[in-house]
Formats: sequence, C-alpha cells, structure tokens
Amino acid sequence: MSTATAARPKAPGAPAKKRKLSWPVVLLLIAGALVLISAVGMATGNHSLTSSGQIAAALSAAVPIGMAGLGGLWSERAGVVNIGLEGMMVAGTFCGAWAGYLVNPWVGLLAGMLGGALGGLLHAIITVTFGVDHIVSGVGINLLIPGICAYVNRIYYKDYISAGAGQNQSPPADPLPYITVPGLSSGLKSIENHHWFLVSDAAGVLGGLVTNLSVVVVLAAALIVASYFLLWRTVFGLRLRSCGENPTAAESLGVNVYKYKYMAVIASGAFAGLGGAYLSLVAAHFYKDGQTLGRGFIGLAAMIFGNWMPGGLAMGAGLFGFTDSLQLRDPESVHVLILIVSIAMALLALWQLYRRKYTATVISFVVAGGLAAWYALTDEVQRPLIVATPYVITLVVLSLASQRLRMPKADGQIYRKGQGK
Amino acid sequence: MTSPNPVAKRSLAQRISGERIVLALAAPVLAVALSVAICSVLLATSGKNPFDAWNVMITYATKSDGQVAILNRTTTYYLAAAAAAFGFRMNLFNIGVEGQYKVAALFAAFVGAQLDLPSFIQIPLLLITAMLVGGLYASIAGLLKVYRGVSEVISTIMLNSIALAIIGVLLVPGVFAPKVSGTTNSIQTDPVSQSSHFFSIETPGGTLWGFIFVAALVGVVFQFVLTRTRFGFDLRATGRSESAATASGVNVKKMVIISMAVSGAIAGLIGMPELLQNSFYYGQTFQQNLGFLGISIALLGRNSPIGMAFAALLFAFLDATGAQLPLKGGFPSEIVSVMQGTIVICVVVAYELVRRYGLKRQQKRVGAQLAAQAAATEKKEVSA
Repeated sequence: MSTATAARPKAPGAPAKKRKLSWPVVLLLIAGALVLISAVGMATGNHSLTSSGQIAAALSAAVPIGMAGLGGLWSERAGVVNIGLEGMMVAGTFCGAWAGYLVNPWVGLLAGMLGGALGGLLHAIITVTFGVDHIVSGVGINLLIPGICAYVNRIYYKDYISAGAGQNQSPPADPLPYITVPGLSSGLKSIENHHWFLVSDAAGVLGGLVTNLSVVVVLAAALIVASYFLLWRTVFGLRLRSCGENPTAAESLGVNVYKYKYMAVIASGAFAGLGGAYLSLVAAHFYKDGQTLGRGFIGLAAMIFGNWMPGGLAMGAGLFGFTDSLQLRDPESVHVLILIVSIAMALLALWQLYRRKYTATVISFVVAGGLAAWYALTDEVQRPLIVATPYVITLVVLSLASQRLRMPKADGQIYRKGQGK
Repeated sequence: MTSPNPVAKRSLAQRISGERIVLALAAPVLAVALSVAICSVLLATSGKNPFDAWNVMITYATKSDGQVAILNRTTTYYLAAAAAAFGFRMNLFNIGVEGQYKVAALFAAFVGAQLDLPSFIQIPLLLITAMLVGGLYASIAGLLKVYRGVSEVISTIMLNSIALAIIGVLLVPGVFAPKVSGTTNSIQTDPVSQSSHFFSIETPGGTLWGFIFVAALVGVVFQFVLTRTRFGFDLRATGRSESAATASGVNVKKMVIISMAVSGAIAGLIGMPELLQNSFYYGQTFQQNLGFLGISIALLGRNSPIGMAFAALLFAFLDATGAQLPLKGGFPSEIVSVMQGTIVICVVVAYELVRRYGLKRQQKRVGAQLAAQAAATEKKEVSA
C-alpha cells in the first residue's frame, strides 16, 4: 500500500512488556470518567453532558459511524483496505430511501445493505480479481457511486413531486419503530431530574440507552457483537482473518483466499450500506445528495482507533458519535467538556509521574494547563472546532498509540494466487 | 553479444516499438470508450437520446469560448494532478490535496488582501505563501508517518476534515473576513489587491488565464526533477522498492518528509488560478473537490507530466462541456461525474490488465530465448 516507515519502538529503557487494556480496566476508566463528569457537572451546574437526550443523540450519531467502521473491520481483517466505504454508504442511503418509500422501511434497510454490498462487490472485483491498488480503487468508487446516485436522483424523482419528493430528494419513507423500555425509562428520567451526584448522571446515561431507541440501533449493536463471535470464535472467522494476516500461509493450508476476500469485502459494503440506510431512513426519512458527510471516513478512523477490534470499534464509534452529537447541542456543554478533558489530562500527568515518565508528565501538564486556560478565558467553543474533534482525536491517538495498534499484517497488500514466496 | 552497444540500441528500438505504444494507449482508450458506452446507456434510460448529449458537449468544445473554458479548467486540474502524482511516484498516497489547497488558498487570499506591493513582488509573494502553507500542512502527515508510523492515507484524510475546521474558525467576520459582511450571505475574505492580479490573455473566446504557463512550468520542472536529478532518482527508487533504496544509501525518512512537503506545495498552487484570475477572494463558494479530481487525473495520466496533461484536458472537457448539458437539452450534468468515475475505475483496471499481458509476453519471449540458447548449447555438446 505505501512505504512503511514504522517508527522504531521507543526508548530502550522503557518496560518491554505490553500492558493490554482488559475489560475491568476499561470499565474502571469509564466509571472514573463518569465520576469526573458528574463532579464537574455539580461544580458548574451544567448537567447536559450526561443528560439522557445527549446520550440518545450520541448513540444515534454513533450508529452510521459504527456500521461504516464494522465494514472497514471486515474488509481489513481479510486484508483489503476499504477507502470506498464512503461511496458504499452513499449507495446505502440511496437504495434504502428508494425501497423504503416504494415498499416499506424494513425492505429499505435490506435494500440499503444490498446497494452497499454491490459497491463492495465492485471493490472486490477491482482489488481482488484485478489486483489494483486498494486505495486507488476506493478513490474511484467514492467518485463513481455518489455520481450515479446523484444522477439517478435527478432524473428519477422528478415524477414523484406529488408524493413529496423535492427538487433533489426522494419522497419520505415511513418511519421505523422506536423502542422505549416501559417503566424503566420514566423512572430513570425522574432520578435524572433530581441532579444527585453520580446517581443522576448514571441514570441519565442509562435513560438515554432505554428511551426512544431506534430498532436499527439495537440491530447495529447486535451486528457488532455477532461480528466478534463470527470472526474470532468460528472456523470461518479464523480463515477470513488468516487471509488478512498471511494469505500465502492460508493458501498453503487450502483456504480459498479469493473467496474469503470476496465475502469479506461484500459484507463490508453491506454494513456500510446499512449505515447509509440508517441515515436516510432513521436520521432523516429521505435521500438527499451528500447525506453521508464523510462518515465513511470517520468510521474507518473509529476502526483504527479501536485497534481493528469490534469492542474498540464500538468505543471509537461511541466517542465519535458523542462529539458528533455535541455540535447539535448547546455550545456551553462543550465548553464544560474542555474543563473535563483538562482535569483528565492533569490526572494522566500524575499517573505518568508515578510511572516515572517525566517527558510525558510535562507534556500532559502543559496540555492540561493550556486547556484550563482556554476554559477560563473563553465562554464558548466555536462550532467548527467541535466538528473537527473526532479527527483531531484520531490523529492524536494514532500518533501516540501507533506502536500499540496492530493492523492485520497483510492489510492493503495485493495477493495473487500461487505467487507466494 | 560482442559489445553492449547493439544491445542498448535494440532495447531503445524496442522501447519505442509499435507494440509498446499500442499497449500503453490501449488502456486509456478502452476506458474512455467503455465509460462512454455506460453513460450512453444511462442517458438512454432517462428517455433521452444520448447522441444529443454528446453532440451538445462536442459542439461546445469546438467553439472558442468553450475552448477557453476548457483550457482554464485544465490549468487548475493539471496542478491538482501534479500535486497528487508527486507523492504517488514514491508510493505516498497524499489524499490530503483537498485540504492543503483550501488552507493555502485561504492564507494567500488573506495576505493578498492585506498587502498591496508592486506586482512583481506581490504575486511571487502570494505564490510562495500558498506553497509554504500547503507544504507545511502536508508535512504534518509526513512527520507523523516518519516519527510515529501513522499511515499517511489516514492522517491526510483526517487533515482534510481538520482543514475545513481551520477555515471555519478563521473565515469569520473580524478574523480573515471583513467585519461587515454587507448584503451577501456568504462569508468571504476581502478581494486581493489589484497588484495581485495575474496576467491574462484576451482571446475572441474570452479571457485565457496566464496561469496556464505556470502549470506548464510545473510540469516541466516535475519531469526535470524526477528524471534528471539525484533527488528524483532517489524518489523513484524509493517508490519502486524501499528496501533497495535504503540499501543504496537513500535516507527514506528524509525523502518521505520532503516529498510530502513538495506535494503539498504544489497543492498550494491549485487554488491560485481561481484566486488571482477569476474570483479574487476566498469564500465558502470556492471551488470544491479538486483534490480528489486531481488524484483521479493523476491515475488516468499514470503520474507522467505529459499523460496528466491529456488526462486534465479530458476531465476539463467533460466538466466544462457538461455544464452546458442542462442548458441545452435538459440533460442532468451529474452524468459527468458518473463518466469520470467510470473512466478512473476502468482505466486502473485496464492498466493492470495491460501490465499483466505485457509481463506474460515478456516472460514468454525470454523463455523462448532461453530455450533456444539451451538447445544451441546442447547441440554443440553433442557435436563435440
């Protein structure tokens, strides 16, 4: 794919053993974050960051990102880099809205997946059969599919103006059902409104998870879990991943590498298509050009953030969904977020001091101080900066943790049968 | 096999033999033909005669105002392609051309609006500003790749989006835009001073941008640097085989940073023809998507300065004449991006097929030669 000038492992004095983030540690970190947010919420009187509305919005924004990321995960685990996710998502938005209007939204979801899968098939033909560079093919797909959708949108929906189609948009489809857990939701809401320390915040988060939940959100969560079991706990998954790690070895063991790559990339397109269908059936009820707004790329970033693992991907999608939803909410809550990140950085600095990493300590302290000053000196955050947050986070994570991230070994390499050395 | 001379001559003759030329041209011609066919079908499904559409496009291209419009677009597209191609030649995927040219154009527009120096200082100053900003912005990705091992594909995609945020923060009234935005809704910088206007040529078909000469110069320098300098050799060597380049003493890390910066510097020029010749300010309506178009054009032209010139001309032709489609005959102009997409996809596939075919032929030829040699030595041994 590209010249790999991997940075050398850092300082020889550093401990060689890699600490893995285990689930208990992750849960502890999340709990700690909640305590911190809760404390700052108490101090500033702004509880909107953990309100159920905010959490529901974050979850809703996370779904398309997570689905695009899941698509990237499938494809890259089989060794095919998929920059074309964006284009496949567009195919999903278009086909989803189209079938959603003509038949019903459930068929729309399927049609969206099918549309995305067709994009995936195209990517697979170009990269696997013809052996074209994966990035090049992805760029081509991102040019072609939105073009086709915009063209068809322009000529097709002209005749549907009476059905509610706009100049450049499809007629609205029926909405998909929402799920609210009865009893639990209202109970949590009342606890949330009391603004008790920690309890109300936890209630707000839980409330956001059980109130007015689109079925597609549940479906997406189920798909991420199912992908984990399919890819890591079955023979099929082992074979698929072996195509991304060492296709030649897989071939020598009798795995049909082409077949697995094809399946993975088609599945990848289908997931991206589902993410797109979510945008045109749940987030909005119609198709419009340029609905995806680069979410395919953010999905890719979420997957890399999550170290090419479903759990990490879900967290990445959640984080990016959270920042994505912040831009729609009041600028004040984002301002509070600066203070929270600043305190978190200060705590990180103390931890690094304890671990005797002095350079990292100084850097963390400087960042914390800078953020604190920013918080003190301003009243609100400019909107473009909020929009850019996921991208900056990705860059920072990649640059700090790229030694810890491990992508599939043969990711992005062109494989041809019988040419192994 | 007495002296190396005849061999060298033969290889040169082989290089320009008909077969090679046919093979090299087959791919783009096939790709264009295929995409014309696909788009004809698409146009026909909308219930209109596709030949009318092609007729509208070709008719516009034969008129002088159409030709000037095409050449002006070619200028911009060529610069965009050159920026992407410079990285591609060393296997660096600078997807971030998109962000680099926007940031560069914004800063150049701001500097151009603030200063009013004599033209011969002002214009070079603006060009240098744009190249510097573009180069610096691109080198973030280069540095991250070299020191932190971050793939430039991902980092440049992120930087594209961050560039939009930078512009969003800076392009507000009171910072880079004038305080009173007046009657218009769109926010934009002040127009650049009169001395920043680049020279243009008045033709019967309209104003031809003088920047076309800058684009041509970039192409010449591009070719010269890559084929006639040590740096260019190192760059191509790194692109072909990084380990071989390292073994022969190339400092790959340095090469990555420099070529990323140069790629970004060329990207900085992309917005200049528009800024210094047409709109004279940077605003929210500034031309979009040139980065990705540039990548496509570079792929189509196989990263060679001459190939890219033809590819840029083709894309400019499609875009400029495609804009006429809705006006004359009511065809949707979106068909142009379908066509560009199919051309790019078909052409990369066709190049790969042609490459494989050529390789197979070469292998066969070498195999036949070796077999003949082996047969000859065997005969000698038998007769001896």
